[in-house]
Amino acid sequence: MTRFTKRTLLTALAALPAVTLLPAAARAEIEVNVNRGDVQPLPIAIPAFGGGQTGGDISAVIAANLQRSGLFRPLDPASFVERDLNAAVQPNFPSWKQINAQALVNGQVGVVAGRLQVDFRLWDVFAEQQLLGLQFAASPENWRRIAHKISDSVYQRLTGEKGYFDTRVVFVAESGGRGSKIKRLAIMDQDGANPSYLTDGSGTIMTPRFSSNSQEITYMELRPEGSKIYILNLETTRRETIGDFKGMVFAPRFSPDGGRVAFSVERGGNSDIFVMDLKSRSTARLTSDPSIDTSPSFSPDGTKIVFNSDRSGSPQLYVMGADGSNPKRLSFAAGRYTTPVWSPTGEFIAFTKQTGSEFHIGVMRPDGTDERVLTSSYLDEGPTWAPNGRVLMFSREGAGGGSKLWTVDVTGRVLQPVPYPGAGSDPAWSPLLN
Amino acid sequence: MVTPRNSGSVVRLGLIVAASLSVAACAHKPKPAFPTQTPAEAPVQRPPERPTQAPGAGPVSTAALPGSERDFVINIGDRVYFDYDKYSVRDDAAPLLDAQASWLKRYPAVQVRIEGNCDERGTQEYNLALGARRANAVREYLVAHGVEAARVTTVSYGKEKPIDPGAGEAAEAHNRNGHTAILSGARMQ
Repeated sequence: MTRFTKRTLLTALAALPAVTLLPAAARAEIEVNVNRGDVQPLPIAIPAFGGGQTGGDISAVIAANLQRSGLFRPLDPASFVERDLNAAVQPNFPSWKQINAQALVNGQVGVVAGRLQVDFRLWDVFAEQQLLGLQFAASPENWRRIAHKISDSVYQRLTGEKGYFDTRVVFVAESGGRGSKIKRLAIMDQDGANPSYLTDGSGTIMTPRFSSNSQEITYMELRPEGSKIYILNLETTRRETIGDFKGMVFAPRFSPDGGRVAFSVERGGNSDIFVMDLKSRSTARLTSDPSIDTSPSFSPDGTKIVFNSDRSGSPQLYVMGADGSNPKRLSFAAGRYTTPVWSPTGEFIAFTKQTGSEFHIGVMRPDGTDERVLTSSYLDEGPTWAPNGRVLMFSREGAGGGSKLWTVDVTGRVLQPVPYPGAGSDPAWSPLLN
Repeated sequence: MVTPRNSGSVVRLGLIVAASLSVAACAHKPKPAFPTQTPAEAPVQRPPERPTQAPGAGPVSTAALPGSERDFVINIGDRVYFDYDKYSVRDDAAPLLDAQASWLKRYPAVQVRIEGNCDERGTQEYNLALGARRANAVREYLVAHGVEAARVTTVSYGKEKPIDPGAGEAAEAHNRNGHTAILSGARMQ
């Protein structure tokens, strides 16, 4: 049994790109199977935290988060030898080695002055050493956020990368049949918990996007007479339109600093990309091409915009300066490319790709090289990045079926539905919450 | 999203579609029997089929009052179809748009909105742009054939408002369309 360290898991992560060199057909077989390939998820024991029901609930949320990342394998609590751990004392390591747990997370929940207080520790079982000991406090109804913060701490300590569990997803909740769909703006935790509606369903909501401070959402509403782009403040619930335009306005997205919104404006059938400074409300035109120009997405440093254009005759990805300068085509492989989204780390651009009768989610480097197709189905669309740039959420729709939210990691190895029971589309992932 | 005024015409069109498909099947015509626009005289040939559909369901009406929305939908046709990822008006759609233009010139109080629609084999934002092109193509055709520009507005519904909820090529062909919706000024039936 190799002793696990941060280094070994990092090595495993570094080995992931090799998996992605498999041809698409081979990759399709391994979806959902997180144990295939040369990465073994790390066996981790997460016994119920002390402190009653809430302790058990918190442990369960942590285990589910880590399991869904594909990098960890939470062990069955029925196999645990040591029971009733006390977070204040060192665990009995041999009893955890016996079940091959490489890491152990235990903790204790208490209520102090009406606030939930959770102490937890992360142990390296084979090194017999404490890796983390932290305490989180919050009001009792926020117990899930504590569980997410602990998940992020464990993930970061063991992978060396920031987590993405204490985040929310804004999306479009769908109801009704095709042709008479009701599409409402909705928000939930990244694991599908705590969903709530933000609009009443009277207009068709599309393409919500988070601002970098997680407090504002920009989205488009389609009504019989036309479309509008709104900015909604989650805290104040105040919403305002960015203005009245002649023609369709759509595809809004914030700049990384939240000060600008890039979007498409259609005039006389032709769509071009504009950017509005939200303070001064001044608008600048970034493209002037008789082609479709839409789906702008800023680079994390704000200096560039990747977008979708059919100026070559079919929809492809292009990158230009944030002022509209030097547009350059990025996508050259066979297929139709749409919905480019720059990763928060700047490492990749994710996109939707259509080949023949299939749709795919894929990633490429910002210079257009190293393209990798991660998914294939009847209709996969609209990727959004987890804030650490390792996981993508997107919409998947079957022929004649409703749309569901799915996630896939950047290697294409871990593909699974989001545990939100309803129909949904157009997800947008928030940054890590504070 | 479709206004009550329009939803009625969608239902009517659905019946006509079903009728023309079954006719095509009987005749063993090579597909696609739909939505290829039938030749110039065809639009006025359609209406007799309709009253025979679903007898007893819904009002059995007399002939449409000239200048009414019903007259426009049944006797002229309110929808033209497009090829995949294309927005140019097809040759086989021109006769129907010619008839729309003539009708609109005959009833100058009528205001219309051209709604561009797409099939689901594209992503949302791209399809909003494509639907806008289609709506504009229909508008330009009507204006070029004498309809006052101020009477014709456009909107794109992208792939949000499919008239055919099915999947497959036939449904996609239905859903790639430009719908001429009467907003006001038509005679009441």
